[in-house]
Amino acid sequence: QGIVLDFPGGKVAFTPEMRFISESPVERVHCYRVLNDNGQVIMSSKFKQVSEEIAVKMYSDMVTLQTMDSVFYEAQRQGRISFYATTIGEEAINIASAAALTIDDLVFPQYREPGVLLWRGFSLQEFANQCFGNKDDYGKGRQMPIHYGSNKHNYFTVAATIATQVPHAVGAAYSLKMDRKKACVITYFGDGGTSEGDFHAALNFAAVMEVPVIFFCRNNGWAISTPTSDQFRSDGVVVKGPAYGVRSIRVDGNDTLAIYTAVHAAREMAINENRPILIEALTYRVGHHSTSDDSTKYRPVDEIEWWRSARDPVARFRKWIESNGWWCSENESELRTSVRKQMLHAIQVAEKADKPPIGELFTDVYNVPPSNLCEQEKFLRETMKRHPQDYMPDVPV
Amino acid sequence: MLGIIRQKVGAGGASLLRTRSAVSALRSYSSAGKEMTVRDALNSALDEEMSADPKVFLMGEEVGEYQGAYKISKGLLEKYGPERVLDTPITEAGFTGIGVGAAYHGLRPVVEFMTFNFSMQAIDHIINSAAKSNYMSAGQISVPIVFRGPNGAAAGVGAQHSHCYASWYASCPGLKVLTPYSSEDARGLLKAAIRDPDPVVFLENELLYGESFPVSAEVLDSSFCLPIGKAKIEREGKDVTITAFSKMVGYALKAAEILAKEGISAEVINLRTIRPLDRSTINASVRKTNRLITVEEGFPQHGVGAEICTSVVEESFGYLDAPVERIAGADVPMPYAANLERLAVPQVEDIVRAAKRACYRSKLFQIQGI
Repeated sequence: QGIVLDFPGGKVAFTPEMRFISESPVERVHCYRVLNDNGQVIMSSKFKQVSEEIAVKMYSDMVTLQTMDSVFYEAQRQGRISFYATTIGEEAINIASAAALTIDDLVFPQYREPGVLLWRGFSLQEFANQCFGNKDDYGKGRQMPIHYGSNKHNYFTVAATIATQVPHAVGAAYSLKMDRKKACVITYFGDGGTSEGDFHAALNFAAVMEVPVIFFCRNNGWAISTPTSDQFRSDGVVVKGPAYGVRSIRVDGNDTLAIYTAVHAAREMAINENRPILIEALTYRVGHHSTSDDSTKYRPVDEIEWWRSARDPVARFRKWIESNGWWCSENESELRTSVRKQMLHAIQVAEKADKPPIGELFTDVYNVPPSNLCEQEKFLRETMKRHPQDYMPDVPV
Repeated sequence: MLGIIRQKVGAGGASLLRTRSAVSALRSYSSAGKEMTVRDALNSALDEEMSADPKVFLMGEEVGEYQGAYKISKGLLEKYGPERVLDTPITEAGFTGIGVGAAYHGLRPVVEFMTFNFSMQAIDHIINSAAKSNYMSAGQISVPIVFRGPNGAAAGVGAQHSHCYASWYASCPGLKVLTPYSSEDARGLLKAAIRDPDPVVFLENELLYGESFPVSAEVLDSSFCLPIGKAKIEREGKDVTITAFSKMVGYALKAAEILAKEGISAEVINLRTIRPLDRSTINASVRKTNRLITVEEGFPQHGVGAEICTSVVEESFGYLDAPVERIAGADVPMPYAANLERLAVPQVEDIVRAAKRACYRSKLFQIQGI
């Protein structure tokens, strides 16, 4: 006992006792929380103070996100857009994490983080344009709804592949580090995404390369119909961080102030110490996975409803800002009515707008369109002229 | 003979305008007294591009301290430091994803696969992240990345180390796929690949690394660059066209020598680029010779030869005097035993016999009285 030896990797102390480390902890990692379920600050809680202006913007954006989700979901059910995925229950994660960052920090989303884009100034019209795939969509109608992307907001285009953005984020963080920029990268993924090989490779790499990246896991309990008990057997996601040498924290994902404080601190550490940080936000996916899913088929309706109402992160934060005298019920009804009206208008405008012109079928495959695609475009246009009855009249040329 | 091109490099975060002036083309060069191995050609190309552009960096297993699994990156760690020559953990998916992410934000990574067989563990990032991002993001995300490493058969390395991935990657829009043969190809195409704003798959060949080729002063100049998408007529001929890439170019040239002695003049085309395929050079040649043999080491089904055959049937059907024949590797995972391995890849004799069949000169036709 007490004898220490040098193996590759450093010194280790020996022990004569053969003891296996348990596969599950005696106690699960504690979860950082600031506000209780009634929106009151827990007595001993330490958190980053928020000004009235920021708090009200955070709250308004959470309400806007909720309303936007509700209107787009209805629009899909009416057949006006083909697909949608809501962020219900995760509004605090979206908005509070975005609020704790600056516009220079790069965002690599999964697909349930439109609130981050909303916080950064993406308009309801811009969201609608992407969902309708019209000519004003920054994505030029190339992708399904909710696959938003905007360079000017430093929000990298959503891809459908799960967890591929996690190593991308590490590479981009390496680039920031090489540039010596005072900014970090944040990447989001769900509990399901942590099963992908990319997640493990990315965390490992980020620790070895010492890059400024925040790994934000939205552990909302479900990956479509797969509950976390079928996804992994560890104590959630937070314990995986130290396995790779990454500093980690677990937070209450429905607590706006806890998220805000944790992300703010993570950002400082990431930038000043050139290190990755893992944040696991525990929450619940109130909505279905997407409009192609009916989650009542695999989980109890009363469980969903309980999380929707009793644990609503938006209502909880409202109680806090109301208690500070920064919000009242008049503000509430005014805001919800106004946003809903704006949303309906945005949808109308997006729906009426032209689709992208057919020339956009062939651009952006390469930096410069290759000769075969130029020929194909020419041929297509000639064919459309010769046989107009075979082509949709409303497709702009 | 050697094309010098103007290339504008600017996409995403990095904007570097680089013009390779036509002045170099006017430079006269002494007759090729200098020879260079493909290994040195690749090493010098990497060195020069890293020197010219601080955003270029190299990443892969063993590329740094070990000087590269095949010594292609020899000396680069010492010269450029660990920030620009990264030894990675063993995770192809990881470092490919990281390379793509770095490219998204304006760096120009050169990602080395110890062999392209291992790129299978990263192919999602190559296809779904690198190839498609510019299109899916409508031009907001460009990926100026190069994936390079040995591809195809080596010698006695078995099934999981001998697979040719040329047709796999070449089927995907958004990628460019290059297959150098000589040292001139290696230098010119690697430089072009690194400067290109699109993702490029650069398929080398382990057995070619040690081979020496003559190089002119023009090729040795640091501004040297070859155009992507342009095949090279290695040997002119008039009786039959033989297309090949990578190691098979050498075999095709040997076959052409043998055929010449028997009065058959073969035109050998070194494809140099598989995507975009130089269909016009291939078709122009077939319209001249009226006969086509395609040669590749990879598996026959859905291979490069299948695409070339279709291109010629689509564009030059009336000019064909004989069916197009494709020579490819045997349709089996590569065996290890030397005798079996030899039977599983094309040999020079296979190319010679096919060319004769196309010219109605094979013993088979003679027996049948054709």
